[in-house]
Amino acid sequence: MSYLEYNVKSVPTGFRKLLFLNWPIILLLCAISSAGFIMLYSVAGGSINPWLEPQLKRFALGMAVMLGIAMIPIWFWRNVSAVGYIVSVLLLIAVELFGEVRMGAQRWINLGFMVLQPSELAKITVVMFLASYYDWLPLNRKSHPLWVFIPVMIIMIPTALVLKQPDLGTALLVMIGGGTIMFLAGVHWAYFAGVIASGVGVVWAVMVSKGQSWQLLKDYQYRRIETFLDPSSDPLGAGYHITQAKIALGSGGWTGRGFMQGTQSRLNFLPEKHTDFIFTTLAEEFGFIGATTLLTLYVALILICIFSALQNRDRFGSLLTLGITMTFFLYFAVNMSMVMGMAPVVGVPLPMVSYGGSAMLVLLVGFGLIQSAHVHKAR
Amino acid sequence: MKRPPKDTAQSQRGIGRRTLVVGGLQLATAGLLALKLRSMQIEQAETFRLLADENRINIKLLPPARGLIYDRHGVLLAGNEQNYRITMTREDAGDVEEVLDRLSQLIPLSDTARAEALKEMSNRSAFVPVTIADRLTWDDITRVTVNAPALPGVTTEVGLSRYYSQGADLAHVIGYVGPVSDYDLSRIENPDPLLQIPKFQIGKTGVEAKMEEVLRGSAGTRQIEVNAIGRVMRELSREEGQPGADLQLTIDSALQTYVEARLEGESAGAVVIDLENGDLRAVVSSPSFDPNLFVRGISVAEWNALNENPFRPLAAKAVQGTYPPGSTFKMITALAALEDGVLDPEETILCRGYTEVSGNRFHCWKSGGHGNVNLHDSLKQSCDCYYYEVSQRVGIDKISAMARRFGLGVRHDLPLSAVAEGLAPDKEWKATVRGEDWRIGDTVNASIGQGYVLASPLQLAIMSARIATGRTITPRLIHTIDGVETPKQSDDTIGLNENYLRRIRAAMDAVSNNNRGTAYGSRINVSDKRMGGKTGTSQVRRITAEERARGVTSNADLPWERRDHALFVGFAPVDDPKYAVAVVVEHGGGGSAAAAPIARDVMLQALYEGQPPLEAYPSNVRGRISEQQRAIQNRVQPGAIQGNDRA
Repeated sequence: MSYLEYNVKSVPTGFRKLLFLNWPIILLLCAISSAGFIMLYSVAGGSINPWLEPQLKRFALGMAVMLGIAMIPIWFWRNVSAVGYIVSVLLLIAVELFGEVRMGAQRWINLGFMVLQPSELAKITVVMFLASYYDWLPLNRKSHPLWVFIPVMIIMIPTALVLKQPDLGTALLVMIGGGTIMFLAGVHWAYFAGVIASGVGVVWAVMVSKGQSWQLLKDYQYRRIETFLDPSSDPLGAGYHITQAKIALGSGGWTGRGFMQGTQSRLNFLPEKHTDFIFTTLAEEFGFIGATTLLTLYVALILICIFSALQNRDRFGSLLTLGITMTFFLYFAVNMSMVMGMAPVVGVPLPMVSYGGSAMLVLLVGFGLIQSAHVHKAR
Repeated sequence: MKRPPKDTAQSQRGIGRRTLVVGGLQLATAGLLALKLRSMQIEQAETFRLLADENRINIKLLPPARGLIYDRHGVLLAGNEQNYRITMTREDAGDVEEVLDRLSQLIPLSDTARAEALKEMSNRSAFVPVTIADRLTWDDITRVTVNAPALPGVTTEVGLSRYYSQGADLAHVIGYVGPVSDYDLSRIENPDPLLQIPKFQIGKTGVEAKMEEVLRGSAGTRQIEVNAIGRVMRELSREEGQPGADLQLTIDSALQTYVEARLEGESAGAVVIDLENGDLRAVVSSPSFDPNLFVRGISVAEWNALNENPFRPLAAKAVQGTYPPGSTFKMITALAALEDGVLDPEETILCRGYTEVSGNRFHCWKSGGHGNVNLHDSLKQSCDCYYYEVSQRVGIDKISAMARRFGLGVRHDLPLSAVAEGLAPDKEWKATVRGEDWRIGDTVNASIGQGYVLASPLQLAIMSARIATGRTITPRLIHTIDGVETPKQSDDTIGLNENYLRRIRAAMDAVSNNNRGTAYGSRINVSDKRMGGKTGTSQVRRITAEERARGVTSNADLPWERRDHALFVGFAPVDDPKYAVAVVVEHGGGGSAAAAPIARDVMLQALYEGQPPLEAYPSNVRGRISEQQRAIQNRVQPGAIQGNDRA
């Protein structure tokens, strides 16, 4: 395998690459992040501190990283994808051994200049590694059991490590992101049917294991599932988050209560109002119009990325683009379902909007790869 | 391995087909989310808005009872009393002015209190209750309750507030509490949510401030359902807080009260230390102030009176005030020279009334001089020239090192506000702080505790305690926390030749009990309770050559603030020391006349654990002493709670 299979001559070089960037993606990212900036300013009570200012700095850093990655040819990224995968698995093991415990889970590792969540990194590297795997794998072997078993292991090792932290939301995201690549690469339908069937079996096992000595999830996760199924069972305890989030969201109406006028967030009824639950504040203050506008921006971004992938004749580039797009989609779909009471509270941020460094940086790294694939595709 | 074009095309078709499926699912999910948003924000908007407006759940904090403070014998020094107050909610009151008018006919309500309440109400949300009047009597409360229908928005509440049973007598030790201020909050890194309660009382000075975390306790919570205007609909759950831990001080409040009374009329500080364990039996600053004034809210007039008093009642002179120790420092100079081997205790040095040092003349307090004096006589008669000579031999650095060994120039770790470090100066200090070279005249001045040397009454008492025992007695103020005794501080041997200490103690015995000693007039007349000590008189002004030629002006003829400080340090009984004492009377005149009698009276009170018999005093002063004892017994403690009307 070498870069020779790419039609190198038709690829732009030097600063000309800037002209071939997928500019609509960049514009949409700026628009979505701006919604986040406005909300962070609002939940801080009309102040750039403590959230907006660091977020702006991270966004600037992330955009620079994205452009940097986009400038580097996509075949370089394919060649290092195995290294990236191994590094992120090692980091996940490191976080297990030396990580910081915050809010009851071991997720962060302190690098000195920033705290990193290796599970965020894993979302991208798993997709990258699988894309390069299917790029390498001859098409006729893709549904052979042995060649299916290998990608399953590639997915399950980081998933298991993330699950052990425990971070159910991220584990699901890694698993679905990886599974999507396998599906797109053309693995036979029957495998997926089998997985879905066994998934149902696992859920059943998880529910049965409750209270047994081999209980599979932590107690708080069971409580979250229970209150998800019936939030009214514990309105002051575990169901409080969902109930208050739904009240905030629902009370927005058509046009919302107005910028910085949301009573639920003002009066501190909302939990994590600057991170995972930021969408409820947005929906409360800007109403249905604001919420659907954000949703539309997300969908537009996804469609543009899919379009870019379909135009890309390079198998790695197109699988990678689709995989990262799926990951991005999962972020906002899970987060929105969660705050609307359609999914358990699993701790997934609203991409590019929620306050937090790791997720934003990793997503922009992902969009850097999408841009690189776009710039360096055969024309 | 180059991939054949046919293969690439097939791959692209495969990905394209499956992308349609995945993309379709994504679009469907997004559509579902939009539908859910529509159903919640448009179809059910009314319901949710109602929930948001009408059904808010609030968590209120229940302040815990503050820990109590007792003296060593279990006398309650700082307690909590029930306090009735009236609060008003702007939203419910309607016409605030009118309700306040009606209220002022029922209870005493000053114009300033009224203006403050109005300001507070306009600053806060309409549904937040604001305290209108505090510390009301039961009668006031009943009058308000009976008239409740005419007073919308007015509620009566009962809370706990601090009171100090001993009033002014322990004000500098215990300190006082006051409402938490923005400045307090800014200094605390991770403030307890309790501190957010408006007017929550926290320790401001003294033990109350330093032991705040122990005394405060932890908050309870009350979950209540409130409606849109913040009215409490019902209580959902209640969890009581954890009251603060009780403290027991090492202070003996009876002794403390006696000393405070004995110092009345003077600006002075006194400290009594138990030599067995370093317990501080009395830490007195005079004059004092009533800490209850601060809890209740001090008036401007009262505050100005305290602030402008030349005797500075707010200063904790016993630990915070630093004074040139004068002749009480001579033991340190002597010990430094003995330890260094440059002084033979029997050697005599000639005192002619002055010593020439590099062209300057340093005078002894006795203008004619003491003649030939050895160590014993030099302390007994407090000869200055002897120390001028000795200090030049040993040098300042060794003297100040010895001072630090005896607790001078060292900050002692006590839970009190502003514990002074004092100063045991040396060459390095002068070079770094003053940027000047040390001069030999500085050493000569320091040898008799003048010049740069500074010490607090607490430090002088510690010095005296360490001389008396030869151990590094360390002061202790907290006896027990929540019933658990605080560990006794280390009191290792001070590491000096016991022979030297014995000579110093014998000389201090002679100061009080030899008829040529400077404190002979203030001796204890019981042979097994004899007190050893040292007088000190420290100048606060320079005596010019002119004045010296004319005759030094006596203290009585000088304005108060230019008179000498009077000091005395001592311990008793000489043969088996139990207590050490230090007394500093600001601008009191001579140490033997002003400070020694006080120290003697205090020591007797401590030794007899109450009023001593008159026989303990020399016969010529018994008449005056019995009058003094009567006066002290009839004294009314300022600010103290009399009788049992408040339990």
